[in-house]
Amino acid sequence: MQTTNLKTSLLKPEAALHSFVVEAGDPFVVEITQGQYVRIVDLEGNQAVDTIFYNAHDYADRYSAQDTIREQGNVYLTTGTSLVSTSGNVLLTITADMHACRNSFLKGIQQWNRGMDKRDITSNINFFMNVPVTPDGNLTFEDGVSDAGKYVELRAEMDVLMVISNCPQLNNPCNGYNPTPVQILIWDKNVQ
Amino acid sequence: MESSLLWKEVLPGGATWSHVLKRGTALRITDTEGDANVAAYFLNFENSSERFNLPDTLKAQHTARLRAGHVLFSDMGRVLCSITEDTVGWHDPIAGISNAALIEKKYGKTTYQQSRNGWYQNARDGFLIELGKYGMGPRDLHATVNFFSKVVVDDSGNMEYVGNNSPKGSYIELRAEMNVLVLLNTSPHPLNTDPQYAPKPVELSISRVPTPMRDDRCRTLCPENTRGFVMTELYFL
Repeated sequence: MQTTNLKTSLLKPEAALHSFVVEAGDPFVVEITQGQYVRIVDLEGNQAVDTIFYNAHDYADRYSAQDTIREQGNVYLTTGTSLVSTSGNVLLTITADMHACRNSFLKGIQQWNRGMDKRDITSNINFFMNVPVTPDGNLTFEDGVSDAGKYVELRAEMDVLMVISNCPQLNNPCNGYNPTPVQILIWDKNVQ
Repeated sequence: MESSLLWKEVLPGGATWSHVLKRGTALRITDTEGDANVAAYFLNFENSSERFNLPDTLKAQHTARLRAGHVLFSDMGRVLCSITEDTVGWHDPIAGISNAALIEKKYGKTTYQQSRNGWYQNARDGFLIELGKYGMGPRDLHATVNFFSKVVVDDSGNMEYVGNNSPKGSYIELRAEMNVLVLLNTSPHPLNTDPQYAPKPVELSISRVPTPMRDDRCRTLCPENTRGFVMTELYFL
């Protein structure tokens, strides 16, 4: 079955620079500078967290799912995966991974108010979702694989903009039809 | 139907092509030599912020390969194109397009001054130049598909390029359900294992085709496709 490189982080929440809670259905936008760590915590379990990353200095250069999976030769994102941009830059690296919607994005980038619009909403990452690909080319959907308190953590390899849509979908079994909040923690680059 | 044929041309290997494919017409792409790769991208010509959405296309139809019966969804839930005919059975939607760095790493560096039309082209730059002709740029280029190519994924998620997927004479036909800006590029597939840069030409033909009926194969493939067709019909009311 699919390879997941499960790894927990040594970073302590009390040492974080920032902590935000993103309520169900809400967007969230934040800049993360090179070397900083960001952790997305699934507070109540099985939430789908749609996330897009941009080069903070050039929003036309953004996360590319196809370039990311092709460069690593594997379709699953896990600890060690480098998230590659459309221009071939490594935006972030996944440093810890404990887990084996779009209107909200639009609201988020409009509130951010830096000249971005619907054209900038590219294919996102579904953290905490599990959609295995089979060898005969089918997609299967499994229930969310995430439990309360599980997280994914990334290190910024360059200055990036993170845009989150905390999936407001009500008709998706991934969150047990119950959308829930997530927590965002950011640590400085020199954190121990 | 040969009588409805409106246009025919050859697209050489390593080249980029675009056309606004009108609702009611279909584009047939024929792999005349075998083993071609055609990267493709689609936008609503009337509102280009509406474009091909790969994840929705794969999720709605529960597939990681494209073949006859499948449709290409926009990010607004409408159907841009339907795959009405296909002799191959597997077109790659996951591996994306080549870029300048990838082509140089695989095949070495060429310049236009030295190599003229034989220089090594890549799909990303080809698409960006083509989008520029319509006033668009890098923000507008999202995930793409590769017709005639096959990439399989094993149980661990590892991707493998499968060569000789498309015999000589293979074709795929795309029926436009909207007025669709279609972009094509015939650079080699980014995972192609041939050490030589050897892009293949394809033949393109455009025909007038009948409006899909209620029992159309693409429309009835799954409830999501039916809804996509209804949304598209509403758009044209």
